Amino acid sequence: MTIEIDNLRISFGDREVVKGVSFNVAKGASFGIVGESGSGKSTVLRAMAGLNNEWSGRIAFSGEDAPLHRPPAFFRKVQMVFQDPYGSLHPRQTIDRILSELPLVHGMNKIDDRIAKVLSAVALPISARFRYPHQLSGGQRQRVAIARALIAEPEVLLLDEPTSALDVSVQAEILNLLADLRAERNLTYVMVSHNLSVIAHLCTEVGVMIDGNMVEEVTTEDLRLGNVNHAHTRELRSLSVELEEPA
Amino acid sequence: MLVEINNLKIGFQSRTGLHQAVKGVSMTLGTEKLGIVGESGSGKSLTARALMKLLPRQTVIEADRLAFDGIDILAASEKQMRSIRGKRAGFILQDPKYSLNPVKTIGSQVAESWHTHKGGSRRQSLEAAIMLLEQVKIRDPRKVAASYPHEVSGGMGQRVMIAMMLAPDPELLIADEPTSALDATVQAEILRLIEELVSERGMGLLLISHDLPLVSHFCDRVAVMYAGHVVEELKASELLSAQHPYTRGLLNCMPSLIHPKERLPVLTRDPEWLK
Repeated sequence: MTIEIDNLRISFGDREVVKGVSFNVAKGASFGIVGESGSGKSTVLRAMAGLNNEWSGRIAFSGEDAPLHRPPAFFRKVQMVFQDPYGSLHPRQTIDRILSELPLVHGMNKIDDRIAKVLSAVALPISARFRYPHQLSGGQRQRVAIARALIAEPEVLLLDEPTSALDVSVQAEILNLLADLRAERNLTYVMVSHNLSVIAHLCTEVGVMIDGNMVEEVTTEDLRLGNVNHAHTRELRSLSVELEEPA
Repeated sequence: MLVEINNLKIGFQSRTGLHQAVKGVSMTLGTEKLGIVGESGSGKSLTARALMKLLPRQTVIEADRLAFDGIDILAASEKQMRSIRGKRAGFILQDPKYSLNPVKTIGSQVAESWHTHKGGSRRQSLEAAIMLLEQVKIRDPRKVAASYPHEVSGGMGQRVMIAMMLAPDPELLIADEPTSALDATVQAEILRLIEELVSERGMGLLLISHDLPLVSHFCDRVAVMYAGHVVEELKASELLSAQHPYTRGLLNCMPSLIHPKERLPVLTRDPEWLK
């Protein structure tokens, strides 16, 4: 599924937080958005997912303009994974219940099989199925959140800081899982993060946002080599390079 | 020695028995910067909290020696502890959003911390508060002093927390994940600020974090904790030649901008590490 975002503007009240952002993502590609808190990167992602109705401009999936109110079928194609696996899973529902919500809503068949399949796709033991979220570790919970997105058999995954609440060792496992899933299922990713190394690991192209504007789009290759133009990109890059090496 | 910890054990009594979370940790700290690194659940925060006796009552703490500047913490009364906490040892917590009082201005909170430890009039403490805010490099200290916590950014909030901790001129600063809730750029600024202030004032620093390479930039020594044990302690500059497979695993599993990896190596946990 190709994604086209054209002159996207989002305001909260009188305050414009996204000021005309445009970018395209090819089918099967992965696009990363970096920026500091308040730069509007998550707001862009939420508008794409249909979680925000106050936007203007154009958001199109596979060449079709997405309407302000998305039809149910849209959510079979586009799914989102949130940052905090502690806050995004219902504490009083078992994993089985959480995962069956979407198939029930969409009237899908063979729910039992689908859940078993999706749990094995994210490498969770079958014993996790009838546990509650608090009985799982942070990494396992994020796997559940990814499984919940995958059960819709989507073509696009929108990832909002999927690893920033996790330990680095668990982060590595989740990043590997996301890379594998994309290769297996030919998914298209849009990922938001403030960690440049994480974005560079998973994405082939990066958009840098500051203050509601996307000031630069570079390929990961150019970013690694330092072929960047905007001062903010340079700043983020040099900081990341400086701090990732041990002293 | 500012801090002496010898064979510290922390456990939680539950219905089914005693759960040991920290299993014999030893370390010492003088006027230097020590980093404690480990995953969640490794016992790094518990170790720091035990030092200030800030653990719930049902916690079982044992140690051959647990001392702050020669004072035996385990034997110290609550009164003695109150003269240490804040005054002689400051504690910076992870998220300024939850550590500041939302209904009082920033100035009055910093002034209160100064007044509690130093005394003086209201006016004096407010002036001192503004001086402190200036020291943590807040550009317009008067304006910030008059604002409420929700009106400032996370990085600014953390600077305010640091200003409050510095008010009584402590000898030790304990920073528990001081920057995990902040952006990468702000993170570096705050850590640099902490490091500068600590070096300038000749304080000891205990920096707790899960980010090994980051910590190594701001500390002299690093202790790596795993499942309640210190598995390795080494100089920050010698991190690249770390011996323990856990330390090496933590370093390797980070994605890197400069050295791209096709797949990230995943930690294989060896039961041997627990011995």
